[in-house]
Amino acid sequence: MAKHPVTLTVNGDEHDLLIEPRKTLLAVLRDTIGLTGTKEGCSTGDCGACTVIVDGNAVTSCMVLGVTASGKEITTIEGLASDGELHPVQQAFINTGGYQCGFCTPGFIMASKALLDEDPNRSEEEFRHALGGNICRCTGYTKILEAILQAAAEIRETT
Amino acid sequence: MKGFEFFEPTTLAEASRLFAEEHAQLLAGGTDLVIGMKALAETPQSVISLQNIPGLAGITSDADNGISIGAMTKVREVELSVDIQQHHTALAEGASEIGSIQIRNLATIGGNIAHASPAADTVAGLLVADAQVDIASADGERTVSIDELFTGPGQTVLVPGEIITRFRLPNPASGSHYIKHKIREVMDLAFIGVAAAVNLDNATITDARIGLAAVAPTPIRATEAENLLKGNEPTAELLEQVGEAAAAASSPISDLRCSAEHRKEMVDVLTRRTVQQALGRASG
Repeated sequence: MAKHPVTLTVNGDEHDLLIEPRKTLLAVLRDTIGLTGTKEGCSTGDCGACTVIVDGNAVTSCMVLGVTASGKEITTIEGLASDGELHPVQQAFINTGGYQCGFCTPGFIMASKALLDEDPNRSEEEFRHALGGNICRCTGYTKILEAILQAAAEIRETT
Repeated sequence: MKGFEFFEPTTLAEASRLFAEEHAQLLAGGTDLVIGMKALAETPQSVISLQNIPGLAGITSDADNGISIGAMTKVREVELSVDIQQHHTALAEGASEIGSIQIRNLATIGGNIAHASPAADTVAGLLVADAQVDIASADGERTVSIDELFTGPGQTVLVPGEIITRFRLPNPASGSHYIKHKIREVMDLAFIGVAAAVNLDNATITDARIGLAAVAPTPIRATEAENLLKGNEPTAELLEQVGEAAAAASSPISDLRCSAEHRKEMVDVLTRRTVQQALGRASG
């Protein structure tokens, strides 16, 4: 099958690639570009480990064909920190111990980042509901939620 | 996933011609198709993306024609649209029940309907909105009422080459509501979906529409139950009859998730509850 030329902007860097249409965005990010921070969990959209931000929206990259992401702005976990400074959500995950094995963490952080960009004023219940698409196989949800609430409070204070 | 030829047409006519070929599949949000292809349940030889065709996405609203939703509109946009929340609450609520936010940012309303799952979460809301479905092909255009679109599980009246382009919602309800019977708060499929929409004149119900999902081979309207409501004032007795009529209209299956008997019983309960909520909204 013919490969297709695509241009992906990932964390601000443009990548001109030739990819097979059946490659998911997740596979392109990990295997072609070499950004392995984004994880493959269930590969059916149920666990959220592969969450990245495309044009401002959190999406499960395992359900996206890479060819359809051409021309779009993609942010992965590798693109969150700027000049060595962690994003408030990243720092909050460290402060609270919001990770155990760490496999779900990039997905949780990217989903949280999009939620906080949209509206940091959600209630605890609203954050819980909005993160329903992310699963932690260590079941460490209490600390994850603490991290998000801490980051939300910090963002509210600084904006 | 098996390999396939990938096409990104920029006109509906071109997309229609490609889609009319054998073993072709349309790609909207991909949340059903990509998963289906990974499981090898879908092995198309060509995949035709609709995302580069102008005019297929977005929600518009005008006084004469009501609200119109492009087929490529993301489910998340339907959920968050203030116009839809206000005039077609059941549809906004149904949209908010699909998968996770990450999935709703990908999934489109056209895909949710064209996939023709009897359990689709936007379908009951579209049924009670009396949605008109605009369909285009290389040969022209036609419109089908949403209650005539489905012919069976995964089956519609669409013929090869036909593409859903738009949902038009001419009849806003003064109150509507959607209840999804499920186990998990999010990321679950509906055991049953019930939507109700009502219009009130003082205490009298002037119009009523009830849509049922996941309790028959296709999504259905419970027309007998609707007729019981029309022209009457709501009472506990009437609502009981309405619930029973809706249950009688359903023909659910037993599966892993629950039995047909339970589904039928719950159609009765949930219809009463949904109508009551819709009435509350209409009078509030």
